[in-house]
Amino acid sequence: MADSGVTDGLCDTDDIERSKTEGKELTKEEKQRLRKEKKHQKKIKEKKDDAASHEDEKKKKKKKEEKPVGAASQPPTQPSQKVAPAPAPVPVPASETPALADKPAKSKADLKAERRARQESERASKQGKKGDVGQPVPTSKPKAPPSELQPVVKRLPEHVQVDNPDVLKKLAKKLERQQIPLRSDYGYKVSLFSHLHQYSRKAPLTQQLGIPSTVIHPAIVRLGLQYSQGIVAGSNARSVALLHAFKQVIRDYTTPPNEELSRDLVNKLKPYISFLNQCRPLSASMGNAIKYIKKEISNIPSQCKEEEAKSKLLSCIECYINEKIILAAKAIAKYSIEKISDGDVILVYGCSSLVNHILCEAFEKKRKFRVIVVDSRPRLEGREALRRLVQRGISCTYVLISAVSYILPEVSKVFLGAHALLANGYVMSRVGTSQIALVAKAFNVPVLVCCETYKFCERVQTDSFVSNELDDPDELIVTRKGKTQLEHWQEVPSLGLLNLVYDVTPPDFVDLVITDLGMIPCTSVPVVLRVKNVDQ
Amino acid sequence: MELQAVLMAAGGGSRMPDLTYNTPKPMLPVGNKPLMWYPLNLLERVGFEEVIVITTKEVHKMMSTDPKMKDVKMKLDVVCIQEDGDMGTADALRHIQQKIKTDVLVVSCDLITDVALHEVVDLFRAHNATLAMLMSKAHEFTDTVPGQKGKKKTAEQRDFVGVDQSGKRLLFMANEADLEDGLSIRKSIMRKHPRMHIKTGLEDAHLYCLKKAVVDFLADNKSISSIRGELVPYLVRKQFSKTTNSPKIKDDAEDQNQKTIDGSTNHGQDEPLLQLAQERSCWNDHRGDMSEAYHGGKLRCYVHIIDQGLCYRVNTLAAYIEANRLAPKLFEEPAVHPSAVISERCQMGSDSIIGALCQVADKTSIKRSTIGNSTTVKEKVKVTNSIIMHGVTIEEGCNIQGCVICSNAVIGRGADLKYCLVGSGQQIEPEESSATRLSSLIE
Repeated sequence: MADSGVTDGLCDTDDIERSKTEGKELTKEEKQRLRKEKKHQKKIKEKKDDAASHEDEKKKKKKKEEKPVGAASQPPTQPSQKVAPAPAPVPVPASETPALADKPAKSKADLKAERRARQESERASKQGKKGDVGQPVPTSKPKAPPSELQPVVKRLPEHVQVDNPDVLKKLAKKLERQQIPLRSDYGYKVSLFSHLHQYSRKAPLTQQLGIPSTVIHPAIVRLGLQYSQGIVAGSNARSVALLHAFKQVIRDYTTPPNEELSRDLVNKLKPYISFLNQCRPLSASMGNAIKYIKKEISNIPSQCKEEEAKSKLLSCIECYINEKIILAAKAIAKYSIEKISDGDVILVYGCSSLVNHILCEAFEKKRKFRVIVVDSRPRLEGREALRRLVQRGISCTYVLISAVSYILPEVSKVFLGAHALLANGYVMSRVGTSQIALVAKAFNVPVLVCCETYKFCERVQTDSFVSNELDDPDELIVTRKGKTQLEHWQEVPSLGLLNLVYDVTPPDFVDLVITDLGMIPCTSVPVVLRVKNVDQ
Repeated sequence: MELQAVLMAAGGGSRMPDLTYNTPKPMLPVGNKPLMWYPLNLLERVGFEEVIVITTKEVHKMMSTDPKMKDVKMKLDVVCIQEDGDMGTADALRHIQQKIKTDVLVVSCDLITDVALHEVVDLFRAHNATLAMLMSKAHEFTDTVPGQKGKKKTAEQRDFVGVDQSGKRLLFMANEADLEDGLSIRKSIMRKHPRMHIKTGLEDAHLYCLKKAVVDFLADNKSISSIRGELVPYLVRKQFSKTTNSPKIKDDAEDQNQKTIDGSTNHGQDEPLLQLAQERSCWNDHRGDMSEAYHGGKLRCYVHIIDQGLCYRVNTLAAYIEANRLAPKLFEEPAVHPSAVISERCQMGSDSIIGALCQVADKTSIKRSTIGNSTTVKEKVKVTNSIIMHGVTIEEGCNIQGCVICSNAVIGRGADLKYCLVGSGQQIEPEESSATRLSSLIE
């Protein structure tokens, strides 16, 4: 009690002093405010002569001057420095004298504050002129108007900002510079996915290209066509086809005079990559392959002769394919075969080249198992997987995804392929994979994902909405007995067709990831990425 | 470089001798433009910058003087061949084999079309095809053709074209003349493509995309002389032939030919990579059997069939007349050439064309007709449904209906011509009436 009384007493004295000082401060503050208002009015008169930008600066200044008067966490200007030590017991006369002395000093303080504020606003406007996405605001305050508060974020990729007209304009300009036609979106997009591109298969990009394509190498045009028509599908196939086309480009390349191969070739590849991106959004594996090639090209020493450089690049590409795709598949098959025991019933989904390879290898090693192939519309890729497995002699069952919970009690393991493995352990794969993993988890069936390390990607995604691919909605239309019910779907205003290609599976549903580095849990993906980056 | 364009303009026009005995077929005026201007314009619009033109010296001379040909901005590399020599289209390709460095796009000079060429070329590119061609639904020409008594029977031989379910892959091609007893289809085709659509109402547009290997193959095989007649059916047949044959000498030769076509892709050393990509891809062009995409065949022929839009081959008189009527609709050009002098009291229909430097006098009526350059039409002339070529003089009071009047003819005063074909440089006497010579050919 006594203590509390003492403390109370102390608090009282503190309060009194605080109120006194605060009172003085208030008066001080009031005086400051009055002075500022006068100055502000003067400035307003000046402003009317000056341009609008000055006004903004002054406004910012004014706000910055007001801020120290306002809240607690303020930039250290003179008045706030006075406020901060004030709660500490300050002798009254001491505070008075500083107050008196402060009056002329405060004008100096005001000037300093103004100067500082002006500098900061100029700096901010310079950065705004640079046209960057974010303005690093050193004094990020919740009170500041939202236009000033643009936090520094990594640039969002263009292909998930389709509903932003500025981004589209930038893309159009970039493509125009590279002389590549812009592919226009088709059909009504479901509102949740309106930030993604949706193209029609019937409107290929080659419509807008001249026929003997001079801007784009013919191998790349052929590749783009094959991508957009689905002739080359599956992330391994796409990467191999891409590297094959790049080999042809490199073979036909000649360095123009006064240029260096290491710089010019990379610039030559950029429009090709934009073209391929327009035909079909690049996959993570393709992105990694392109990064590798660009790195190899820029590492070519300038003394190197053209022929030598070209042959070096070609051998690099072959090496990459051999290591990352062919040998990786062999290694993964070796690890997976340990996991396949006799009498297993293995469930696979869709057509993954790696999983098919594993199963074929296991069958050759005389393991006894049978396979259940799960398929889904509209791609019905499972039929191709079924064909390949049955051709080898593996006994298979074929169901559609709607029957997966019916068939799961029979299954002993689930093998899934992946399009990419994200840095937070999520698995990005064909749409429907997360469903299979979920149902398998519910039935306590182990889920094994097979993925080469070159498909590991530094992106982080927790849902399938943010970044995905929209396929042609007309692929969902089916004709049965001569009747096409959805033929005129575009005329129905409340109907939208959605043809998603990918989805993400959380790591809790995945029991093991089999990579060429070994068998790792899903959460070790960032470790692998880190190790890879250190190596490179 | 992706494709080289070759225009075949050495054809004789053997099916319309009346028109072509004086003017070679490539230079026949259609809508006041020479016939070969149309395929050249098509190639130019699509983006070609160079064309190799195979033609005769006569045509070459006429080309250099024709004003319309000067409009063509592409570089024309003219190769002249002998007019009398019996050179087929394949022979012509063999002749220019040295100039061919990449895949070729062969076009015939009598093709008038507005097809989107990328559809044919996309088939060629996407499937790495050996041959891609264009076909259209055949047209029935209903207008009465001058110079023919009664309706002409379609004595033309039909083409039997077999395509697969998607309508793109060419499985079978034969002309009625080659089939003696009936249509026989090999079992290997039926096994691979159990569903085949056989169409007879199609007309070949003579537009082919050929791989360079085919041109090289032609150089070795001198027996093939016509692309349409021999090369295309050969390639279509070869898609399904077995590569391992019984060891006969003839078959060995054929095997070698097959190998030259199969084995030479653009860069043979990357073949395993392409193979790897195809293996890893989860795509197949057919389903229901155990074989991989394309049944493992390297030789593939594709066809693009158009059913809407303009596609004419001007090789008969009926086609010529129809083309004259429809060709102007392809282009947005003024119906009346600015340099033509037309008096105000002339009644001109909206679907008529008047060429440059024409003079049309009063009280004339011109309906659904094409009038060539430098033609003079005097008073009180009625021209309906006719084609009048360059330099023709039509005196007063004539009545011309459904006729084709070739260049530099003179039609005397008061002549009444119905469904006649007047040859080049002819003179029709005044008061001549075609009634005395029913729908006849005046030469």
